[in-house]
Order: sequence, then structure tokens, then C-alpha cells
Amino acid sequence: MSIDISQFYDVFFEESFEGLAAMESGLLSLSMGSADAEQINTIFRAAHSIKGGAGTFGFMTISDFTHVMETLLDQMRNGERDATTELTNVLLEAVDVLREMLTAAQQKIDSDESRIAAVRLKLETMLNSQSDNGSESTGPDQVHPQQVYPEQNKVSVWNIFFKPHPHLLQTGNDPVRMFRELDMMGSLTVVADDSQLPPFFDLEPEDSYLSWTLTLEGTVSKQDVFEVFEWVEDDCELTIELVSSNDSSQHDSDIELSPIKQPIQDDFLANAEPTGDDVAVQNDDSNQTSPVVSKALVQVTTSQPASSIRVGTDKVDSLIDLVGELVITQSMLSQIGDTFTEDMLPQLIDGLAQLERNTREMQEAIMQIRMLPISFAFNRFPRLVHDMSAKTGKQVELKLSGEQTELDKTVIEKMGDPLVHLVRNSLDHGLETPAVRRAAGKNETGLLWLNAFHQGGNIIIEVTDDGAGLNDEKILNKAIERGLVSPDEVLSPQRIHELIFLPGFSTADSVTDVSGRGVGMDVVRKNIVSLGGSVNVVSTLGQGSTFTIRLPLTLAIMDGQTIRVSDQHYILPLISIVETLEIKNSDIKHVSGKGELYPLRDEYVPIIRLYDVLGLKPIVTNLEEGLLVVVDGAESKVGLFIDDLLGQQQVVIKSLETNYRKVMGVSGATILGDGTIALILDVQGLVSLYKDPSLAHVIIADERAA
Amino acid sequence: MSELQQANEFLEPRDSVEKSGDHYLSFMLGDEAYGVEILRVQEIKAWQNVTLIPNTPDYVCGVLNLRGAIIPVVDLRRRLDMTPKPYISTTVVIVLKVEGMTSRIVGIVVDAVSDAINVTEDMIRPTPDFGTHLDTHYIKGLVPNDNNMMMLLNIDHLLSVEALG
Repeated sequence: MSIDISQFYDVFFEESFEGLAAMESGLLSLSMGSADAEQINTIFRAAHSIKGGAGTFGFMTISDFTHVMETLLDQMRNGERDATTELTNVLLEAVDVLREMLTAAQQKIDSDESRIAAVRLKLETMLNSQSDNGSESTGPDQVHPQQVYPEQNKVSVWNIFFKPHPHLLQTGNDPVRMFRELDMMGSLTVVADDSQLPPFFDLEPEDSYLSWTLTLEGTVSKQDVFEVFEWVEDDCELTIELVSSNDSSQHDSDIELSPIKQPIQDDFLANAEPTGDDVAVQNDDSNQTSPVVSKALVQVTTSQPASSIRVGTDKVDSLIDLVGELVITQSMLSQIGDTFTEDMLPQLIDGLAQLERNTREMQEAIMQIRMLPISFAFNRFPRLVHDMSAKTGKQVELKLSGEQTELDKTVIEKMGDPLVHLVRNSLDHGLETPAVRRAAGKNETGLLWLNAFHQGGNIIIEVTDDGAGLNDEKILNKAIERGLVSPDEVLSPQRIHELIFLPGFSTADSVTDVSGRGVGMDVVRKNIVSLGGSVNVVSTLGQGSTFTIRLPLTLAIMDGQTIRVSDQHYILPLISIVETLEIKNSDIKHVSGKGELYPLRDEYVPIIRLYDVLGLKPIVTNLEEGLLVVVDGAESKVGLFIDDLLGQQQVVIKSLETNYRKVMGVSGATILGDGTIALILDVQGLVSLYKDPSLAHVIIADERAA
Repeated sequence: MSELQQANEFLEPRDSVEKSGDHYLSFMLGDEAYGVEILRVQEIKAWQNVTLIPNTPDYVCGVLNLRGAIIPVVDLRRRLDMTPKPYISTTVVIVLKVEGMTSRIVGIVVDAVSDAINVTEDMIRPTPDFGTHLDTHYIKGLVPNDNNMMMLLNIDHLLSVEALG
């Protein structure tokens, strides 16, 4: 019957990570000089919750570590300590360590003890640095709450009546911990009242039935006592009365226990309700609870936490409404089906139209649930910029806009790393040091602007800086040096800028800690392309650069154009299609008798015969009898020769990799209305396949190596 | 269709298990009998047209829609280098669960399913080594069955991601 508290771990971790994020953003706004009391309070509360939670769940190292932070924060809150840059930096570092510790605890791995110790030392040095202002220093093993309270000379006797509501234990609060805290303030007498305890078989093990009368004698104020109960004040009946107050002090810490120790209850409470048992041992080692907890820890098998998503209730409500409508439509249709006569045909058609509308609305509503504001990806940047500008000595103003733009959760997750890379690049290579900027007649503080907005069915993310811009000459020289272009090639500025996306390209004069290893931009492009998006750069020397990322809103559904090649149906992403034409044989230009080009306005577009690339037996080989679909390839336009265009529809993307493997030139598959499968073509893959047909088998080799 | 129903009945657990041992589903390729562990069999389906996948070996017929999941279908005759046979109405697809790095669902095309057979450890005879003449890695063992011999397939080996490249 014991409570397996590990079931609450997930909630604890989730809340703690949220708390850490709140602390981080709070600390960052502090470091920008806008220290207001509410901000510090928020940070303090987050730390306090993490400490409390960690203690409850037996993560003693985390709770001890947080306690030191909390002490510092409490001094800030009380105005005993100013929010200096040094202090916030140490606290930020502590937040990082805490995050690592939580992650380690979550994944049941060991955390980096030396780093924890180092940061802890820093925190303690901070604490000790102001030990002259009255507050005691806190050493690593002196974890006593009363130290943060200023010394008072008056000894008071407090009478505290504490009757928790039945659900108190379910909120993760444990009276024993509170009593233990009180006990540290002075001499404590506890009398438990078990008169409300129901008969054994009616007893709900997770409810709290006990109430306590406590007498606390010591140099404490009402405020101190109240703070102990601060987190439970809404979940209990609490009265704190001053019995007497005098200057003499006596010290004896007897704890009287109520006679609740009938054998059956004792045994039962020890298992089910930590309260009864723990009161008995509360004067012992305060780590008494941890063996019980660690037992639970061992039982939990190592498993990666399933990702979860927080959804606004309004979204869920609208979904439920839609399901309701769908059920009504369904019952209407089945009624028509039961008694169908020919004159009911209009009703049937109406019903089907309604079904279609319901389905579409529901699809939209469900997609909405997966949509998150892009601020989830943007939120990490204030910290990144803060750290980087400190490291590089550059002054940077970070501007975020369009944070509320929503896009699919998966896209956000996969966009994180490429975005970080672009931002780092802009900070490292783009923005100049204050001295250089001053010399160039610019504001000493550089501007970095992250902007997101919707455009059609796409989301556009722009990373703009007003730094040095791309140096065409330098890029070209580098490219020639690396053999990426031949020395006598003439390239337009745009083509030169595109060179930075080639593998193994970096123009940083020195490889820094931050970037410049040359594994950058090609990976960024690869990641974005794998999401079905594109990235390009516009830059002016001396004035800055703008990287524009274009992404589909969701990965699950896309607009597709069904095409026929030979006897097979395929889907082309509508977004990649530029135009579709009928062509004349006389227009076709040939390159050394093989390569075919079609002159489209001022461009020559290479023609890819899809049946060739896809290895099909052709039905139509005469270019005049089929159609040419002009699409945006990796670098330029290409024309795909197909037999016929069939229709446009939204398709649900399914992965081929689940049961098979990745296939070059195919990005996925979808199920058509008649239940058959159509493959979704990947234009860039097709182009690569056209250029080098052996690539179809290269992938397999890669997979074997992996 | 009734044949298929009959075939699917093999998948139901039998009431009287003679001895402890594994159940195998036996199927025919020409006059050769093969067996796969019945617990790996998800379903037996009639042959239906599949969607081709470009640039794959000829023994990968294509992909099939199995209630929303997209599964590859392998022609076992071609996979085992036997003479291909045109697909007719008795041609069936056995849908199998293949374990590897991840667990995958793969369909195999066979001539016909025949029976469910209980195989105990002591019935299995070792596979002889044909050297370079014939690769027998994918055969776990041989089981005498009436007058015929059933070859137990190691589907995880035969239908691994690499093997389906």
C-alpha cells in the first residue's frame, strides 16, 4: 500500500525546468539593470519550489545546492545585497549546474561533481563576502533556515494549531518537513490529534486526517513561523498565537508525541502516510526519509521521458466541440444508410459535405494543438547573447519580434540548433568589437534582430545583424583556396554569398571557441532542408547580413500535386513547383548531344526525365506528349518531365523509414483516397540523383557504416 | 477468401499444445517448405498491388498500406534467388514483425501457406554448410515433417535493413 512517489517525478522535473527557465529569464533581466523587487521575488520563489520539491523527492544534493542559492536570493530580496553583475553571473552559472543536476537525476545518471562543487564554492564565497552585515555565513553542511533570519534577543512562545486539509499530502507538502524546520528555530513540542482518523477500512491512504498543536519556544518572530507554513496556507487551517514573550531563554527540545502508537496504525502509517511515522523520528538525522525514497528510485527503470506538450484548455474545448459535431454527422449518415432510398440522395450529399467540413475543421484544430509559439525557440537567445557578448567583449542589443508566431512543435525542436548556429555566427563573425564599430562610424552597440512571421503556408524566420556583412572577396579567395570554385569563374555577389553554405567552408580568421570550425553553415542548410525549408542570405559589406529561413508550418500535412510518371502516381510538394508547361521539341537545346535544356525566359533549365531517375519503364518519351514541371532545385530551377498532372490535394505525410529505410529522391509517402500509397518526391534528392545516379546506393553504404 | 480465413485461423492459439515448443507457420515456395515463428506473424493477406519504390533491389516489390502503416513487401522467391512466379489468386503476403535496431513490419510474398506446426528443440536438425555454393545463413535449422523437410527461416537476418537495401 506504500505510495510510489516516483509517479510524481515527471511533474517535479517538468515544474523544476519551468522554474529554472523563469529564474534564468529573471536573472537576465536583472543583469540588464532593471532590478525590481517582484523580479527577485519570482526568482526566489522558483528556487524555493525547486528546493522544496527536491527535498520531498529525496534529491538531497539538489535541495542542498538550491538552498545556498536561495539564501543568496533571500538576501537580495531583503535588500541586504545588491544585484551586481558578478552576483547574477554566479547565479546564472548555478542555474546551469542545477539544470544539469536535474537532468542527471531525471535520467538516473551521475552528475559532474567537480563542476557542482566549483560553482557551489563560488556561491559560498559570495555569501561569505558580506558576512559583516549581520547575516551569518552558510557553510556547506550548515543548512539551517534560521541562519538567514536576523538574530533577535526576545524569546517568545508560540502556540500553533495546524490542521491540514485532507488533500495536503497530495500537493507534495509534508508536515514533517515543516515541523523539522520549526524545530530548528527553537524548542518544539508537538501534539498530534488523531481523533479524526477513520476506521481502518475507510481510510484513504493519501489523505491527511491528523491535526497538530505545536508549541514553539525560541527567538523567533511570527513572520518566521508563518514563513514555514507559507506554501500550505491555502491548504490548511492555521492559527499562530503568541503565548508569552520574555527575555530569558531556555533550551530543551523535548518532543512529546501523541499516543497514536497502536500496533496496527503504526504499521499502517509507516507505509501509507509518512506523517505518523516521521514525527517519531524527526529528532533523528534529517536524512531519515531518503532510504525509503531511494528504494523507489531503484525500482524505476531507466527510461527516456516521453515528451509532453502543454495545451490551452480553449484548444481542447474547441476540439471536443468539433468531435461532438462529427458524432452528430456520423449518426445522421448512418441513419441515412439504414433506410436509404433514391430520393434521399440530396440528404446524403449534404451529409457528406458536412462530414468533409467537420473533418477539415478537426484537422485544423488538431494541428493547432501541436502549434507552439516560436518564443520556445527564441527564449534561449537572451542568455546566449548575454554569455557571448561577455566572452567576446562585444556590446550587443538583442531584439526579438514575432515571438507569438506559431508553428509545429517538431519544427521548433528541430529548428533550435540551426538557429543557435546562425545567432552565434552573427555574433562571432558578423558583429564587430566596439572599437571597430566606432571607427566605422556605427553605434558601439551592435544590433541582433530575430524576427518571425507567417507568409502564405510558411513561416519565415529572419536573423539580422548590423555588423560587418559578408566579405565577397574573402569568401571568393577562400573558396578558390579550398578548390570549391575555379579561379577564373565569374560569380554574381549572390552566388558568392551562397558559397558559405558549402561543406567545409569557414572564413573566420581564427577558429574560436564559439564558431569557425567550418562545420557550420552547411549543417544549418542541411537541417533546414531536411525540414522541407530553405535558407538564404542577403548581405551588404559594412552594413550587416540577413539570414532568411523559410519553413513549412507543419511536417505532418502538406499541399501536394499528384503527378503521373509512367503508370505510377507520385506527389510533388506544391510549394516547390514554380510552373508547369507544355514544351515543343524545337525549343529544346542539347548539350553535347545528351543534356537537355529548356529556355525559360532568360534561364536555361535542365530537363530531368523522371522515369529515368525513378527507374521506371517509360510510356511517354516524346517531350511534346508530356509536361514539364519547373521546380526550385537545390541551387537553381530544374524541369521535371512527367506524363501528366492529376490533381491537387492535402496529403498526410508518412515516413518510409518506420518500416523500411530512407530512399533517395523520396521524402515520404502518403495514402490516397482509394487506400493506395503514393510516394512524395523530394526535389533536391531527385536533382542529386540525376547528377549522380550512383547516389541511390550510397545511402545504403552509409547506413551500414553507422 | 475462405482459404485466407482458414489461414488466419492458424494464428489463433491452439487448445491442445502437445509438448512445449514453438509454433511455426509453414508456407510453400514451389515444393519447398519454409517455416517462420508464428508469434512473429501479424497477419496473412491476399496479394494486392503495391506501390513501387524507385532504385531498390528487384526483390523489394514495393510498399503496401497496412491500416495506415506503410510496409515494404519482399518477394521471397527473388530474395532467395529462385525463379520468380507470376502473382495469382492464391499468392499470399505474410506480414511479419522483424526485430533489429528497431522493430519493423515487413511483408513477404509466398506461394501459399500450409500449416501451423509445433516444433520442439529436439526436432531441429542443423543446417549443412554449402560453402560458397549457397548462402544458408538465414536458415536456422531443418525440421523433418512427414515426407517433406521444413526450413526454419531467421527472418531478422533475411529481412534486416541491410538485406533490404
